[in-house]
Amino acid sequence: MARLRSAGLLLLAPGAAFILAIVVAAVILALAGADPLATLRDALAYGLEPATLVAVTNKALPYYLAGIAAAVGFHLRLFNIGIDGQYRLAAFAAAVIGAVVTLPAPLHIALMIGVAMVVGWGWAAIAGLLYVRRGVNVVISTIMLNAVATGLIAYLLSPLRFAQQAAGSNNITTATIPESGWLSSIPTPAGDINGALVLAVLIGLGYWFVLNRTTIGFEVRAMGLAGRAATVAGMRSGRLALLTMAASGAIAGLVGIPQLLGATHRFGLDFPAGLGFTGLSVAILGRNHPVGVAIAAFVWAFLERSAQVLDLAGVSREIVTILQAVIVLSIIVAYELVRRVRAQRERLLVAHAVEGAPT
Amino acid sequence: MHLRSSVALRIIGGLVLPVALAACSGSYTAHPSPAGPPQVHRVAIAYDISGRGDGGFNDIAYNGAKQAADNLHVELKEVTAKLDDTDDDRAERLRLLARSGYDAIIAVGFTYAGPLQTVAAEFPATKFAIVDDGTVDAPNVQDILFAEQEGSFLVGVAAGLKTTTGTVGFIGAVHIPLLQKFEAGFTAGVHAANPAAKVQVAYLSQPPDYSGFGDPPHAKEAAIGMYDNGVDIIFAAAGGSGSGVHEAAAQAGHWSIGVDADEYLLAPETVRGHILTSMLKNANVGTAEFVGDAAGFAFKPGLHTFGLANGGVGYATSGGFIDDIRAQIDAYAAKIVAGTIVVPETP
Repeated sequence: MARLRSAGLLLLAPGAAFILAIVVAAVILALAGADPLATLRDALAYGLEPATLVAVTNKALPYYLAGIAAAVGFHLRLFNIGIDGQYRLAAFAAAVIGAVVTLPAPLHIALMIGVAMVVGWGWAAIAGLLYVRRGVNVVISTIMLNAVATGLIAYLLSPLRFAQQAAGSNNITTATIPESGWLSSIPTPAGDINGALVLAVLIGLGYWFVLNRTTIGFEVRAMGLAGRAATVAGMRSGRLALLTMAASGAIAGLVGIPQLLGATHRFGLDFPAGLGFTGLSVAILGRNHPVGVAIAAFVWAFLERSAQVLDLAGVSREIVTILQAVIVLSIIVAYELVRRVRAQRERLLVAHAVEGAPT
Repeated sequence: MHLRSSVALRIIGGLVLPVALAACSGSYTAHPSPAGPPQVHRVAIAYDISGRGDGGFNDIAYNGAKQAADNLHVELKEVTAKLDDTDDDRAERLRLLARSGYDAIIAVGFTYAGPLQTVAAEFPATKFAIVDDGTVDAPNVQDILFAEQEGSFLVGVAAGLKTTTGTVGFIGAVHIPLLQKFEAGFTAGVHAANPAAKVQVAYLSQPPDYSGFGDPPHAKEAAIGMYDNGVDIIFAAAGGSGSGVHEAAAQAGHWSIGVDADEYLLAPETVRGHILTSMLKNANVGTAEFVGDAAGFAFKPGLHTFGLANGGVGYATSGGFIDDIRAQIDAYAAKIVAGTIVVPETP
């Protein structure tokens, strides 16, 4: 009974946050001079079309991978702001290497995924080492490393080095990866789902397994929940931090894979940037839980996609950005409220138990 | 009229002719007949991430489309991209517009090239244009490219002739091939007029960081650095950031050169006197012509290059600071139009 009630409380939080966000959105829409109900209905109708749902799934894939990468760090309160730089550098390296090798399809794809993970791992490990050995704040170092990654890619992505410019084009891209390096998509009647869906599911399962079923996962959770107790129990905080940071980076390296292997097959000036920051929000929204992050990524992608209709309705799509921010904020507030209510109830239960106990 | 008259005439010709055509055909198609020209009911323009209000290029592209749409008495819709957009998102943006009945759609920026190639095939009855890209190949797409290097060459000539220190500067918004065309043309122009002159080059940001288009304080710092370093004229090919360069010029008592629009006319009184000239990129010519073409018989798919010869680029003379050297600049312009000078596109 108590278990049921606490599960209800757990669901109450995101539900309340979502409703609050919708109300706020409606108010903003009304203030912007649009009919809130009609606009939301249009956006919902478009968002629920089968073709849109397929597109939302595809859009959610990089968000999910970035969300899991962020969630890994969050367990040790490591804010990996550098996911952005890690995945762009990883995708660039994978694109360059993928374009020059000739291998059978499974090996070709595995090689590029491997390269992406190693590059993301290495780039994040720099921040991890700086933190463990020199105490450099991870937020600062990863932001700086984002800038370094941007500069490095800009230097290397040049017709003089690893890229080319087609005649009449203002884009610079790496050479196109041969077809053996393309991820085949999953056909559905409403459109093709990016083959990286399989990768995302595997990463989600792996994340859950390592965290809940292995010693290292236990150590990470213990260190995150009660660092001093964990240290006393003999766990080495530095080693764990370095490991967590590098693991976060390795997963971050995969964020560009759906786009690179499943869609464009090359890295160019138009490669999407900024997915890493979305990942942080998605991880917070999903409470670091593999399924929660998946739902959050889907909701986020759904909002982004539905927003395209707002533009046509004459409503600024920035409203969606506001909506997303409101959802994240209200989730945080709602969970904090739920935590307090639970703590209060536990105190009462303990008090009852103590009073009722025979002396 | 501050523009050089022949350029101005060409621009007006480029603008008015297709629009007049469009206006005629527009009224004609008010009574539809099977043999009549295709109609345009609604016009849309999809920007890249910087959107309208960039104080330059996008605004000019908008003006041309707006004017043409007004002449046809049809609606003009604007939509803007986001930084983390994938090709899929951009394609969907164009698809939504086409599905919603927009039948003349302008995509601004090379990032739309791949998506447009896909979407144009799905909507064969819809006319599309892409600005700043020449790679989309479809029977219903116009590729609009500008010979920015030619206009930049002319302001380079102006800088080469006017410099007293023998060193001039180039500040580009973002280090991308599109802006390197400006750099290449400018440098070639400077050296044509003044072989001994030196050109210092700086870019404000690296892709995918496009902040260089909208960061006047950063541009101002970069410009002050150059002026301190012996530069006395800076060409600011930096979109909205250019205002920072003009401010720095006013502070240092040196010259700056504007881009895209005639910035002398847009700048505040206090800095106006320091804007030597501006390199004009008349995006309105391209977008207006496309809308006019789409509404008339004259729609021609494929590459449309706008250079000096057809009024797509040019230079401004507002302020009268280069009146003494206009004959020399125009002589170079004539050589470029005649093909005796071929301006490089890459630095």
